[in-house]
Amino acid sequence: MTWLMLILLLLSGQAWAGEARPLADDPAAEARLKHLAVELRCLVCQNQTLADSNAPLAEDLRREVREMIAKDMSDKEIIEFLVARYGDFVLYRPPLKATTTLLWVGPFVLLTIGATVLIITLRRRARKVVDVPVTDEEHRRVEQLLAEGEKRS
Amino acid sequence: MNRFLLPLSIFIVVVVFLGVGLRLNPREIPSPLVGKAAPDFSQPQLYDPAQAFSPADLKGKVWLLNFWASWCSGCRTEHPVLMELAKSGEVPIYGMDYKDQRDEAMTWLKRWGNPYPVVGVDEAGRVGINYGVYGVPETYVIDKQGMIRYKQIGPLDPDTVAKKILPLVKQLESQ
Repeated sequence: MTWLMLILLLLSGQAWAGEARPLADDPAAEARLKHLAVELRCLVCQNQTLADSNAPLAEDLRREVREMIAKDMSDKEIIEFLVARYGDFVLYRPPLKATTTLLWVGPFVLLTIGATVLIITLRRRARKVVDVPVTDEEHRRVEQLLAEGEKRS
Repeated sequence: MNRFLLPLSIFIVVVVFLGVGLRLNPREIPSPLVGKAAPDFSQPQLYDPAQAFSPADLKGKVWLLNFWASWCSGCRTEHPVLMELAKSGEVPIYGMDYKDQRDEAMTWLKRWGNPYPVVGVDEAGRVGINYGVYGVPETYVIDKQGMIRYKQIGPLDPDTVAKKILPLVKQLESQ
């Protein structure tokens, strides 16, 4: 009885695993699918890759990619197939082109602006500190104040 | 005064960007298929599986291709709009039953009415993939040359039909 329960428990564990499970028998094809699927976005749950998603559409697309791998299509051809249907949105890494220039270059532009502003501000501040000379009058006053302070303590 | 001008203007720019961002719908992904030829297919018909439904049969007509399913709640929302549009006779709506059970689809149409002259069956979702469908309902406007002219993602509503679909159909009809 205990054995039976243990076996049942072990068997049911598989059914609980809700993660996308590999289906193909060919490990090489499965490795290629995995490699491709992490680069592709699931269109239903948009923050998941095609590899992570359990949505029916993601399953269908994985099936489609598997079939294309079986047909010996290159990674580029497979990605082109998907981009032709779903647009650049399926790619986790959008290609560098006219409409995406800002996306790719933007952070570096902002970084350069930030660095320039920082350098200018620091230089200006340094000059301010150096450029203010202490006059003799001020010097005497400081001495006097210090002397007074000493007397009091 | 000048001291506040720069931070204030940066603040305004950020607010404008965020405001626009909030109004965008991330679910609506622009389709690369608009302006391209509608992908060909030949699918069995829902009411007569021996017969095929293919876009080639509709060359020379302006028509709508509506992907739906009996399990899809958005399709239920959209359904009265499709019924109304079908009744008006302005443009034929052809259905594609997407990843559905045949008997359930027929029960659904019997219950809520059938706006489609012909319904194709896409059980495996392959036609859907070729059309870049990622959630039903989705509706395509296809012109006389078989080109996709518009894609509606999500349910059609009376406003979209009146302001976008019908004017586009009229324009395409006159070409």
